[in-house]
Amino acid sequence: MPSATLLGQSVLSGVFIGALYGLLGLGLSLSWGMLRQVNLAHFALAFLGAYVTFQLAAVAKVDPFVTLAITAPAFFALGMALHWFFLRFSVTLLNTLLVTFGITSIIEAGIQWYWTADFHRMENAYAAVRWKLGPLFLSLTDVVTLGFALALAVGTWAVLRFTDLGKAIRATTEDAPIAAAFGVNEKLLGYLVSGLAAAVAAVAGLCLALNHTLAPVQIYAWMGVVFAAVMMGGLGRPIGPLVAGIVIGVSEAITMAVTNPTWAPLVSFSLLIAILLLRPARFS
Amino acid sequence: MKIDRRRALAAGGAILSTLALPPFARAQGKPIRIGSTLPLTGPLASLAIIHKVTAEICVENLNKRGGLLGRPVEWVLRDDQSRPELTRTLYEQLITSDNVDLIQSPYATASILAAMGVAQRYNKVLLHTSFGIPKLAKYDMQFQTAGSPFDPENVWPNHIFDAAAKLPKPPKTIAIVTSKFPSVHAISVGAREVLKKRGLTEVLHLEYEFGNRDYGAIASRVKEANPDFLWGGTNGIDPVLMLEAMSKIDYRPPAQVHLFPAPGPMLKMPAAQGSLALTTFESHPPFTDDPAIAQFVKTYAERAGQAGIPYTAVDLQSAIMYAAWQVLEAAVTSTRSLDDKTLGAWLKKNEVKVLFGTLRWNGPQNYVEGADLYKVKQLQQGRWVVVHPTQWAAPGAKIT
Repeated sequence: MPSATLLGQSVLSGVFIGALYGLLGLGLSLSWGMLRQVNLAHFALAFLGAYVTFQLAAVAKVDPFVTLAITAPAFFALGMALHWFFLRFSVTLLNTLLVTFGITSIIEAGIQWYWTADFHRMENAYAAVRWKLGPLFLSLTDVVTLGFALALAVGTWAVLRFTDLGKAIRATTEDAPIAAAFGVNEKLLGYLVSGLAAAVAAVAGLCLALNHTLAPVQIYAWMGVVFAAVMMGGLGRPIGPLVAGIVIGVSEAITMAVTNPTWAPLVSFSLLIAILLLRPARFS
Repeated sequence: MKIDRRRALAAGGAILSTLALPPFARAQGKPIRIGSTLPLTGPLASLAIIHKVTAEICVENLNKRGGLLGRPVEWVLRDDQSRPELTRTLYEQLITSDNVDLIQSPYATASILAAMGVAQRYNKVLLHTSFGIPKLAKYDMQFQTAGSPFDPENVWPNHIFDAAAKLPKPPKTIAIVTSKFPSVHAISVGAREVLKKRGLTEVLHLEYEFGNRDYGAIASRVKEANPDFLWGGTNGIDPVLMLEAMSKIDYRPPAQVHLFPAPGPMLKMPAAQGSLALTTFESHPPFTDDPAIAQFVKTYAERAGQAGIPYTAVDLQSAIMYAAWQVLEAAVTSTRSLDDKTLGAWLKKNEVKVLFGTLRWNGPQNYVEGADLYKVKQLQQGRWVVVHPTQWAAPGAKIT
């Protein structure tokens, strides 16, 4: 029987990895739910963000958190450019899947060309900071990831729920022609949402660089589980992927703590199938 | 045309430099084409670039020495994208469409197995660098150049436990944590049997899927098991991720092995210092006592740097590829033939001295059972050095 310390530390570990799932899922959920774009390139953008953060921090010696002042606006512009591309060529929902897969491959090739396929690890002073909470340990980089995930998810939810901008975005998602009849600029909102989703990818990139060793091929390692979190959390619902991500992360971590860790990857998809069976209306 | 002084000097210099070359160094005639694939893209690309840089140096050196049989050597390389099914197709193309004279090794077990099937169909000799499950190598004209034994699941755990027994505090309790990546998994399964025979106690046995992202719970379980020695059935970046997770909970195993770690990222990790790993070659004496090998180490460092490879020292990966070209050169030069059957027959009866020892193929399935050329290295003060067996240890290096 695992000890309380083992279970507690595993739950914490699950919460932190789940926060990263949620952070990666937030941008994906926004573009899928509100723009009807299944943007696989979101993962490539997050890794591009991680590599740019690595470059700025390791080579140019910029503090990793300060890099956000560069990457977030740059990625916002990149997100808008991507949206322009989708509009210009009238890419349909299904085709966004294919097109963004192609864009992912191009970004992956670009990363491999510039940074090589080898592993890169961002040395930073923050990685060594940790706190003891009774028998449990918390690391600064994990807490920061959770903080970013919570702040962005709750912030986005609040904007959508309480501001005129948020109401306009939700109205456009519900019925774009009617929203336009009330003076909502659908195009402009599309650019804004796409830019925000890409900026969130830059933040996720910072968290990836802080917590993980980077390799171009890892872009694909996160897709399955983050897709599961987004689908479980609900499309276009900012807090949903974070909650679902944490549920998946904790479930995986407890599975690893009490059984053979080889069973852990089955958890996310088993949960997804269970929700599909029990609450099919959530995905309609 | 007016010939000025500068042109005359240049022309004279060119003629003199040609004459200055020893006669054997001028390869002539139709090139000998040697075909292979490497995973230049996909999950194995970080290792393939090491093999590519090494092979390019080998071919360049070969041509500087006069090529093979007096003819220049041309290496025909294709990208198999880390996909065994594509490897199969590409080897088929290399043999039937590109009409290569000989084939050389792809990278990693699954791709080598795919290429082996094609080699068998066309009766080609296949030298291979990195085949993790020797018992699956049934083809009569396949020859490994990695120095691995027929039974790595028995030989390699014994190497590691022999080395661990020399630690200041020899371990009595072992935690085995292994990826399900086929080769390291098979070796770790073997380690469980070996440790029992050696009277050691297994206090934890965990398996995880290759590509695992979160090592938090695994780290906590190892910490709770509190072993004397962590057996990491790991390769690539896994050990780094596992050790990072352990550092986060303020834990470091008293001693540890990680079978085939990515050498670069481990170097700067405080938690990785003292870690053991398997290797065939490291860039220090006695390996570099041979001036040709010392020159290769120097050239590789330059080329690897130019190719953007962060870890520029020659180690296991580069050495096994270098050995593959040494074996090919030895076989062709000794037989003065490009005929695969002749080359295969010669390899079975002979041995070839390579940069990390002497390769032989006179045992079961062209392997040697119970013996190999692998060594145990240790990360000491940010540098990998061989510590076991003693005759291959770096000068003054002791296991710590």
